[in-house]
Amino acid sequence: MSLSATAPVLELDRVTYTYAGATAPSLRDVSLAVAEGEFVVLAGRSAGGKSTMLRAASGLVPHFHGGTFAGEVRVGGLDTREHGPAEVARIAGSLFQDPEAQVVLTTVRAELAFPLENRGHGAAAVARGVEEAALALGIAHLLDRATNELSGGELQRVALGAALAGRPRLVLLDEPTSQLDPVAGDELIWLLRRLNEEWGTTIVLAEHRLERCLPAADRVVVLADGAIACDAPPPDFLAWAADASPELQTPVARMFHGAGIAPAPTGVKEARRALRARGVDLDPAEPADGDTSAPSRPGRRERRAAALVFDGVWHERRGGATVLRAVDLAIAPGERVALMGRNGAGKSTLLRHAAGLMAPSRGTVTAAGRVALLLQDPNDYLLHERVGDEASAEALAAVGLEHLVDRHPHDLSGGQRQRLALAIVLDSPQPAAVIGLDEPTRGMDRAAKAALAHRLNAFAAGGAAVVVATHDPEFAAEVADRIVLLADGRPIADGPAASVLAGGWYFATETARVTGGRALLPDAGAAVLRGREVAAP
Amino acid sequence: MRYRRRASPLHAARAAAGGAWCAALAAAALAAQHPIVLAALALTVLAGAAGAGVLREVARTAAWMVPWALVIALVNVLVVREGLTVLARVGEVPPFGQVDLTLEALVYGLLFGLRLLVVAAAFALFTVAVDPDDLLRLMRRVSVRSALAATLATRLVPVLASDARRIEEARRCRADRGGDGAAARLAVLRAVAGGALDRALDVAATLEVRGYGTARRGAVGARPWSRHDLAFAGSATAIALLTIVARTAPIAPFEPYPLIEAGGAGSAVALGVALALVALVPFTSRRGIA
Repeated sequence: MSLSATAPVLELDRVTYTYAGATAPSLRDVSLAVAEGEFVVLAGRSAGGKSTMLRAASGLVPHFHGGTFAGEVRVGGLDTREHGPAEVARIAGSLFQDPEAQVVLTTVRAELAFPLENRGHGAAAVARGVEEAALALGIAHLLDRATNELSGGELQRVALGAALAGRPRLVLLDEPTSQLDPVAGDELIWLLRRLNEEWGTTIVLAEHRLERCLPAADRVVVLADGAIACDAPPPDFLAWAADASPELQTPVARMFHGAGIAPAPTGVKEARRALRARGVDLDPAEPADGDTSAPSRPGRRERRAAALVFDGVWHERRGGATVLRAVDLAIAPGERVALMGRNGAGKSTLLRHAAGLMAPSRGTVTAAGRVALLLQDPNDYLLHERVGDEASAEALAAVGLEHLVDRHPHDLSGGQRQRLALAIVLDSPQPAAVIGLDEPTRGMDRAAKAALAHRLNAFAAGGAAVVVATHDPEFAAEVADRIVLLADGRPIADGPAASVLAGGWYFATETARVTGGRALLPDAGAAVLRGREVAAP
Repeated sequence: MRYRRRASPLHAARAAAGGAWCAALAAAALAAQHPIVLAALALTVLAGAAGAGVLREVARTAAWMVPWALVIALVNVLVVREGLTVLARVGEVPPFGQVDLTLEALVYGLLFGLRLLVVAAAFALFTVAVDPDDLLRLMRRVSVRSALAATLATRLVPVLASDARRIEEARRCRADRGGDGAAARLAVLRAVAGGALDRALDVAATLEVRGYGTARRGAVGARPWSRHDLAFAGSATAIALLTIVARTAPIAPFEPYPLIEAGGAGSAVALGVALALVALVPFTSRRGIA
């Protein structure tokens, strides 16, 4: 039986929606049917309408957000104009971006039980539902933990568990991996795939990092300016994106396109198979003699010339865990360093020590000048009613916002707010010796990431050391010439990006996985493939 | 500042009883006129916090409120024209006009600040010692259908506290540090308050999609009332009754204007002691609190 033959679990019929107070609609005449058991990926640039579509499918639009709504949304046969989000929740579980706003109770067990209790299940049914959701998500060991003690990845799993408790037919997810490290992100996608394949749960997932989810997807729906621009299976979507929207191509698709190979593969496995069929076998490259990425204590000369030095830095929480363990690092002026590692590895803590927000319990941190740190959420920096009051004209001009001085900071787009926050931290007569950024690409589309990388490269060219904590290997490869991989509070690898990001399983770019570490980014990968003179199969 | 389960009688009481007890103390502070009664209530809230093992958290809130209480007293002195005991004639002060500083306005302002401090401390005690999960279930059982109302009641304080921590960190990262001293703290406060409704809406949206609005009344089985439930519910009722009687009788009256007129100190002390005793009795039993 083909998927399209089954009844749709989600139907949007000519939906047009404008948020209260907005001047333009966020959804324009959108019609879409999602069949039971489908895995649909929503793609598109930021502010294209993906989140709004998911909120319409969950009933939050229009019941919760107000605004002007036209058309019809049916979820499992329920018309959302007549049934609110709480009723729709019996059919559809929802998971949004920010895990902290989605976990509402104080223990994991209570969180998983909450939706079941709301549906009026008895105590035995609630206990069983909690147990099953916990086992399905691998969080049984967390059941009696307090939710405020969990990491971002754990919180996201618990929120997903709450969305899945009661086994909804449809699961709606809005960039659920944006705050997760590559390991936790991949695990979450695998989990969704398992739910989809083993239990037939319909998945609708909005995601920027398409390379993660295309191999699992049945369909990709692209939203641009609130309208559907493409609705096709992954291979057809990639063919469409190559011409119509290159920024939506996955890295490996871009690499194939650059090398003139068609069709574009949807994932690493398919890419390798396609290359093998063309007689190209890119086995992992042999590592060079000697381990160039083993961390070592910087020498005295290196430390003296550095913009930022961590000298035996420990951070031991009073009555709590040890977050940093004897970290020795020296970062030179103009150097671009990416800090990588799992959630809780110590990346953010290291940056906070650099900026003086935290003091080491042992060891010293020395900077050659001012350290400008951009924390994860740029909104936290916005204290005034006018962009022009947040930073000087020179600082705004340096980030390209000089034309927006009279706007309210909260009216700016996500990317603009981040540039404004960057202007705020850099706005000083004393130039920053070190610019630190903590997870700056959260929720950013590829075009915005490229613009940020360009800006950071310019700062480094001006002599500032740039230190970025990131979970995004592609962005790290683009922006950094050195990668420091942290685990359990200490560096376990420290070396050139070409070395560290080429050989890992998780902390490696998609291009590196396909090319066996011979290239990190699609353009270089395409050159490798062209060099192998890939023949038609 | 957030709830964490501790071995204390207040933590062991159900949310309905613990919440009612905190609300009764706050209501008593709002109704109290006499400074001795207000001071007794302030000490009672702090003693209750100590009994619940959360004195540090509640005292921190109280300490944070002290400057605001002083500001209120100062503003009252500057703007209130009532009171006959003139302490100083300041003359013309824009925008207040002719300013005479009176003893009555000063005392009333200080009392108002103290009242605010007691209410804030009682609310802090409620936040750190009353189980918000239980409170959410309670709201569901009594058919509070609005997820936003539930969020405001049970989740907003911890969410805003965590927002304030983040915004304060971001302020310290600004090149201009967001201003100096009080100005910087005010900027953070404004930013947190400005985002409060957005944050409440985020959490309320989660409650909606978890089916909160369709919760069935009395869906979860009834839990028998423990000794602590009964003790705090009884104490809350007694505090409320004493407050009503004191207002209607009146016991320990206090009139700040035009001249300060206070009832006998004896009746004020008796009322203060009575309130403290009935409020703190539930802390004497420590059976079954783990």
